[in-house]
Amino acid sequence: MSGSAVADARPVAGAAPPTTRTTPPSWKQAIILARFQLRDYLRAFRFSLMMGIVGAIGVIITILLVHFRPAVLHSASAFYGSFWTGGVVFVMVVAVIIYGGDAIAGEFQNRTGYFLLGLPVRRAAVYAGKFLASFAACVVAVLFYLAILVADASYFLGGGAVSDPGQLVASLGLALLYLLAVLGTAFLFSSLFKQSLFGVLVVLFMFLIGWNILTSVVTSLFQTEPWFVISYAAPVIGYPLTGTPQHLVRFGALVSYSPTLGEGIAIMLGYFVVTSLLGLLLFEREEFT
Amino acid sequence: MAGASSPSLVTHGLTRRFGRFVAVDHLDLTVEGTKVVGFLGPNGAGKTTALKMLTDLIFPTAGEAFLNGVSVQRDRKRALAGVGTLIETPEIYPSLTPREALEMAGRLRGLEADYVRERTRVVLEEVKMSEWIDRKTGRFSKGMKQRIHIAAALLSDPNILLLDEPSTGLDPRGMAEVREIVRGLKRSGRLVFMSSHILSEVVDVCDEVALIDRGKLLFYDTLANVSARLAGGATEVTAVFLKPLSDDELLSHLTGVPDLVSWSRAGPDRVTLRIQGGTEAQSRILETLVARRTGLWSFRESRSALEEVYLREITQGEQ
Repeated sequence: MSGSAVADARPVAGAAPPTTRTTPPSWKQAIILARFQLRDYLRAFRFSLMMGIVGAIGVIITILLVHFRPAVLHSASAFYGSFWTGGVVFVMVVAVIIYGGDAIAGEFQNRTGYFLLGLPVRRAAVYAGKFLASFAACVVAVLFYLAILVADASYFLGGGAVSDPGQLVASLGLALLYLLAVLGTAFLFSSLFKQSLFGVLVVLFMFLIGWNILTSVVTSLFQTEPWFVISYAAPVIGYPLTGTPQHLVRFGALVSYSPTLGEGIAIMLGYFVVTSLLGLLLFEREEFT
Repeated sequence: MAGASSPSLVTHGLTRRFGRFVAVDHLDLTVEGTKVVGFLGPNGAGKTTALKMLTDLIFPTAGEAFLNGVSVQRDRKRALAGVGTLIETPEIYPSLTPREALEMAGRLRGLEADYVRERTRVVLEEVKMSEWIDRKTGRFSKGMKQRIHIAAALLSDPNILLLDEPSTGLDPRGMAEVREIVRGLKRSGRLVFMSSHILSEVVDVCDEVALIDRGKLLFYDTLANVSARLAGGATEVTAVFLKPLSDDELLSHLTGVPDLVSWSRAGPDRVTLRIQGGTEAQSRILETLVARRTGLWSFRESRSALEEVYLREITQGEQ
């Protein structure tokens, strides 16, 4: 091997000499990292897996609609109120399990962190870049699910598939806010571990079972509004379409709470901000031993 | 190259404890200028821990590290701006190609797109990975990934390179190629700080050596001084001639050679020379022997010196 090319290591003709460079600000580095991380995400098997799951949900909904043609779904509001709110929360949880559970833990286990942190970047930029990439990948899943529903609605409702786009956009906005909160929480869990599997399992358990158990326990045993549970905020995603339900409903000894729109937004923002800061704090202190 | 001033690597009392185990113990080291420094020590001596503290991958229990005068612990971004690193065996996102991985590294460093494109081509050619430039790295062998990481470390034309056992995991040919690359870096005005537990590798490519064991720095000196230390202030050099020489011929060739303290036959065609006065003295002796038409074809410092000093220092540490 000749050492000459490296030995010379002169700036390439026509290109900017390296001495003129300045390291980009951290926000810009986060965007650069997110761009390449997203490219990796979209090419990997996990993207096919996520889209396959969302597609399968769409196929099931379509088959049910074609087969049963439920009369109650006579309007766009009723249609999206039935299939959008619950469905998109599940889609987001699946996407976050796939893209959030191992996001930080994977940097340690897969040793990609050794590459990234050998570069002149702040850990906050790495954290933010990975968050942006994961968020973008999850948004792709949400939009894919929405596209399936709009197609189904067009088939089922004809010209009234999107009677009030503003309602749908508002609901989509709330869904993305919820996604920020869920992803922030997943990143926090992921920051607790150096093994991807643990991160994924904890996120999977918490979002498929854990929060629901906690909500049930708090509500039924202590008869307290579970305002501190992230999943409690999820129903507000549908409020622009279905309206706001009664805050407190009693069934004999049982009580059921529904958050107000303001409460829901506050819970989502609170989770996003607090979990992101805590996750970043953990990542800042985590060592690549 | 990053920064016009001379590259520097400095540690002040750098210490790292893991519970009661002291991995690095008050490491005080000042390395300045363009040279290749071997960071030598047995497995578990604290080499990788020290390098990880130098790159902020782990945090010191006490002390501080500076690269080009900037504290790594206080401002990692600025400290690593002019530094290329290869710590342990990192991974690249598996769906990215070498071209993309290097583009990411270059853009994160603030290099312009045109420069990154051209430089990517040059450094991948240097590490013999040009034909893999657009293949996904996920399927690469460990050796191929190591080459990509060396290319990434060189991409920005840094003035300091921190390499943690860069030839580890490579086949003999790959090891030789990596050493050749590091030798090339020596000629290009960089400070290369390279950990290794392979003595021959250090002897082969390094100008200076820092020996660490059980977390403590045992010595930091030039290879020539290490050899001289063993030889009681003199340096040992092995001279090899084209054909076997009789004692009379050797005597006539070596009589009156300046700075030559003594000599002893090491084989029919070779002789061990004890030289007083370091590299300049070696140069004078070499010139004299060539001028006398002795048929000299090899003139190398006795490489066993480092090995002996290494074993002596490590053994003393164990007692």
